[in-house]
Amino acid sequence: MTRFLAWFALIFGCLYFLLPLVGMAEFSLKMRRGEYSFDAYARVFEDPTFWATFSYSLAMAGATIVVGIFLVVPTAYWVRLKLPQARPFVEFVTLLPLVIPAIVLVFGYIRLYNTSSWLPLTGSALGTDFLLTMGYTTLALPYMYRSVDTGLRTIDVATLTEAAQSLGAGWITILGRIILPNVMVAVLSGAFLTLAIVVGEFTMAALLNRPAFGPYMQILGANRAYEPPALAVIAFAITWGCMGLMQLVTRFSKHERAKA
Amino acid sequence: MSFLTISHLEKAFGSNRVVKDFELDVAKGEFISLLGPSGCGKTTVLRMVAGFERPTAGSIVIDGQEVTGLKANARNIGMMFQAYALFPNLTVADNVAFGLKVKGVAKPERDTRVAEMLALIGLAEKGGSYPFQLSGGQQQRVALARALAPSPRVLLLDEPLSALDAKVRVSLRNEIREIQQRLGITTIFVTHDQEEAMSISDRIVVMNAGIADQVGTPFEIYNRPTTRFVANFVGTLNTFAVKVEDAASGLVRLGGAALTLPAGLATGTEMHIALRPEALRLGREPGYDTVVPGTVEEVHFMGSIIRLRARVAGEVVVLDTFNRADQPPPSPGSEVEISLSGKDAIVLQG
Repeated sequence: MTRFLAWFALIFGCLYFLLPLVGMAEFSLKMRRGEYSFDAYARVFEDPTFWATFSYSLAMAGATIVVGIFLVVPTAYWVRLKLPQARPFVEFVTLLPLVIPAIVLVFGYIRLYNTSSWLPLTGSALGTDFLLTMGYTTLALPYMYRSVDTGLRTIDVATLTEAAQSLGAGWITILGRIILPNVMVAVLSGAFLTLAIVVGEFTMAALLNRPAFGPYMQILGANRAYEPPALAVIAFAITWGCMGLMQLVTRFSKHERAKA
Repeated sequence: MSFLTISHLEKAFGSNRVVKDFELDVAKGEFISLLGPSGCGKTTVLRMVAGFERPTAGSIVIDGQEVTGLKANARNIGMMFQAYALFPNLTVADNVAFGLKVKGVAKPERDTRVAEMLALIGLAEKGGSYPFQLSGGQQQRVALARALAPSPRVLLLDEPLSALDAKVRVSLRNEIREIQQRLGITTIFVTHDQEEAMSISDRIVVMNAGIADQVGTPFEIYNRPTTRFVANFVGTLNTFAVKVEDAASGLVRLGGAALTLPAGLATGTEMHIALRPEALRLGREPGYDTVVPGTVEEVHFMGSIIRLRARVAGEVVVLDTFNRADQPPPSPGSEVEISLSGKDAIVLQG
């Protein structure tokens, strides 16, 4: 009986998750009357705005990942090595973006950095891109921090640091040549999650008026019938592709196998 | 001439003083072991020499250079850790080359040195392997090669054999000693294993509650302990409470039998003496002036040695006797005679 219930729950869960996706994917293929086709996808890929917004979001994701790595890896490392007592506090701070809505953050940014403020970042495209990158970094912080922290947990940070120090290494060498390569898989996991978040993000990009992929999807969704589900399928494919890459990186990272 | 001088070294964590007025002079090329129970401060002393802990007071001088305030990466000290601490992302060769790379040694010279080090530890063919592909013993040998590659002034070994199985431990400790002697590198070895310390050290520092209780050669530490702690910690001891009956002859009584200790003890002095298990002989033995009766309580067969626990004068004593195929050991409950000599007795002080 228990076995039956377990199977029932699994099948119900799968159907609950997959049916809407299947329905959406099927609808996206119905652009041509009476037959399935990839017309909606072709239309999306032919649209130069798609490529422009998608490229912009990818570039922003890249910048966010770089900022995230520079912010999170040294922080998580230092907390683990020297300030373990500060860990609950740091964890709480990194969780805040999950409970503070993006709209609150972005309104805060606009109030602090508008054109009449002491640091008018929204006055230029570059300044706004910088602001958006910082906003994205904040949004991705819970995922990036947890990934890196989990990665650091798998290695003996203190002893590896001392071993490197005894061999003459300074902090930058230790971080760059010992710690970062050993948590690279965790960093990449965080990076792919960041990519997935940034590519689909709407609120910040829309309110800061930047040509990102999220607002493009929203505009398309408001004006077309078949292209939005095609875009949604593409967005899902990107997210799943990122998750697949995370798995691949973990599997093919030679020294990581030692931890398994 | 001392190569490494540790003077009045102190370390306190809050109100807890873990190292107290520690003094040590180490000659160049000497192999020193810091031996003591857990929490006695031996690892803290080593970490202060390495630069991982800042002393509360005192100084450390290496080859005439005061290093007390120097950062760990500026001391040119090699270190081996209990947990191997090989860099998992680097191959064996890259691990060994790490210190040389940090120092800015040119690649051809670096490659030569790495090959030399790998040959030294007998792992020349493992240069391309990753640490996880090696056994514990092999990993620790790589850790030794890595520590030695940049030619450090001092080699520090923080219980490097603790994580290994018994057989590998013995072979690796001999290997470490051999390499240390070949290179003539000044070495400090931290261990809580007295057999390990005895077998490879030039001198041993027995530590107790943050202080160096006794510094001496393994022979001195074992045979002439100067404090009760050292006597009890190193090896097995049989202790007896005795009273000096005659100062001139050093006469004391043990289980009704007379035992002659070295002269110089005041008549009426009550004290403890100790005898090692191997100083007690089963049966009457020529040259042993005292014979006491005893009852065997336990017999432990340990291969080449048989360890007996017997009751003598109300005390349980341990004695070791060599295993001989033609002479079976006494069975528990049997009455035996035990010979002993006053010249083997250790008078316990402190």
